[in-house]
Amino acid sequence: MARIAILSYIKRDSLVHELTGRTKLVFFLAWSVASMVTYDTRVLVCMLLFSIAIFKISRIRVKDISVVLGLAAVFLLMNNLFVYLFSPEYGVGLYQSRTVLFTIAGPYTVTLQQLFYHLNMTMKVVCVVPIALLFIACTDPSEFASSLASIGVSYRIGYSVSLALRYIPDVQREYHNISQAQQARGIDLSGKDKLFTRMKNSVAILLPLVLSSLNRIETVSNAMELRGFGRNKKRTWYNLRRMQRNDWIVTFLAAAILAVDLLVTFWDGSRYYNPFL
Amino acid sequence: MKKLSVKTVVAIGIGAALFFVLGKISIPTPVPNTYISLQYAIEAVFATLFGPVAGLLIGLIGHTLVDATSYGPWWSWIIASACVGLIIGLITMKLDINEGINTKKIVTFNVAQIIAHLLAWGLIAPVLDIVIYSEPLEKLFAQGLMAGVANIITTGVVGTLLLIAYAETVVKRGSLKKED
Repeated sequence: MARIAILSYIKRDSLVHELTGRTKLVFFLAWSVASMVTYDTRVLVCMLLFSIAIFKISRIRVKDISVVLGLAAVFLLMNNLFVYLFSPEYGVGLYQSRTVLFTIAGPYTVTLQQLFYHLNMTMKVVCVVPIALLFIACTDPSEFASSLASIGVSYRIGYSVSLALRYIPDVQREYHNISQAQQARGIDLSGKDKLFTRMKNSVAILLPLVLSSLNRIETVSNAMELRGFGRNKKRTWYNLRRMQRNDWIVTFLAAAILAVDLLVTFWDGSRYYNPFL
Repeated sequence: MKKLSVKTVVAIGIGAALFFVLGKISIPTPVPNTYISLQYAIEAVFATLFGPVAGLLIGLIGHTLVDATSYGPWWSWIIASACVGLIIGLITMKLDINEGINTKKIVTFNVAQIIAHLLAWGLIAPVLDIVIYSEPLEKLFAQGLMAGVANIITTGVVGTLLLIAYAETVVKRGSLKKED
């Protein structure tokens, strides 16, 4: 069976695994916000080093996530390439100075500023990757719902998330079965057909999938209703763990990182760290 | 906020699972990081059947899961995905597909999805990309336009066909005819 490369929970013994889902969620969100806000090279370098350090602590091996890292690399490479193709002088405008290194052809010169801009943009994305991967790889999926609920999200939405995680394998299997059955009848989705035919063919696979999903929604929601889901304002969680000392430390660390990040970034009134002026 | 019904909660969960699975098998286009995405057809259909909140959360949860399991989350596009569901859900709120389907409903659905995709990929995603990632305008709008057009076509063709086929399967009141 053709498996889709998906990152999932990897059980190990480490400090990162021991943290509660809530702590990891808070850290992940704070980290995402911090990396989104800043464009300051100094902050980004620190964040990058820090995220690699956490990766080491988690005892997840690079081998475990090599496929995902490859995807991320391709994504970044393409993104950089197209930014450059569309506006090779963007960095010059951003950093308000121009140091030409060499010229490729026509308007495509390579300037120090442009390279610096690319470096910053790439780091901004790269420093989130390890944290995002760790969040997925080190958090038991059954803990997602309770950790969402514990940061104030309605437990109904938390439940939706855990239903999604629970039914992804089922939907995937069903998709696979239907598409095999349709392929046996000569309906193909691969690159051999024209794009438009492929799109029409996809309906032949999607329709049974949607109908069976609607049935499933009916069954599952009836079952939940029978058990009185949603009757009370709050609910308790089987998988909820108490916050330990380390959890509090990491939560405060997350807040501190965010605060320092904002402070350093906006100290001089601009998001960008400009070494050229 | 009105409480979500049990059915909506489940629809969001299963819808997000569908979004995720389809998001993983997308067909690439010539523009980087942009795909022919069947998941938006599903999101549109679910938004029409289960309402704006369901559409919003299916996009949000589904897209976050897709991104988080392949590379870091790209928040601006996740938010745009959520907006697609929200807008389609809002415009099609009054359409009761369970009562059958006609040309007017199909047109409304398509107007809704075109508005939603144009706003999401032409405005929300590029603007957020500029604010968050400070990427050049030309690249973002080329990318947004490509994604928007691809999604409009996919949702228009696949979504409409799905909606019609779904409506056909629902037994309508008074649909039995006496045989002559």
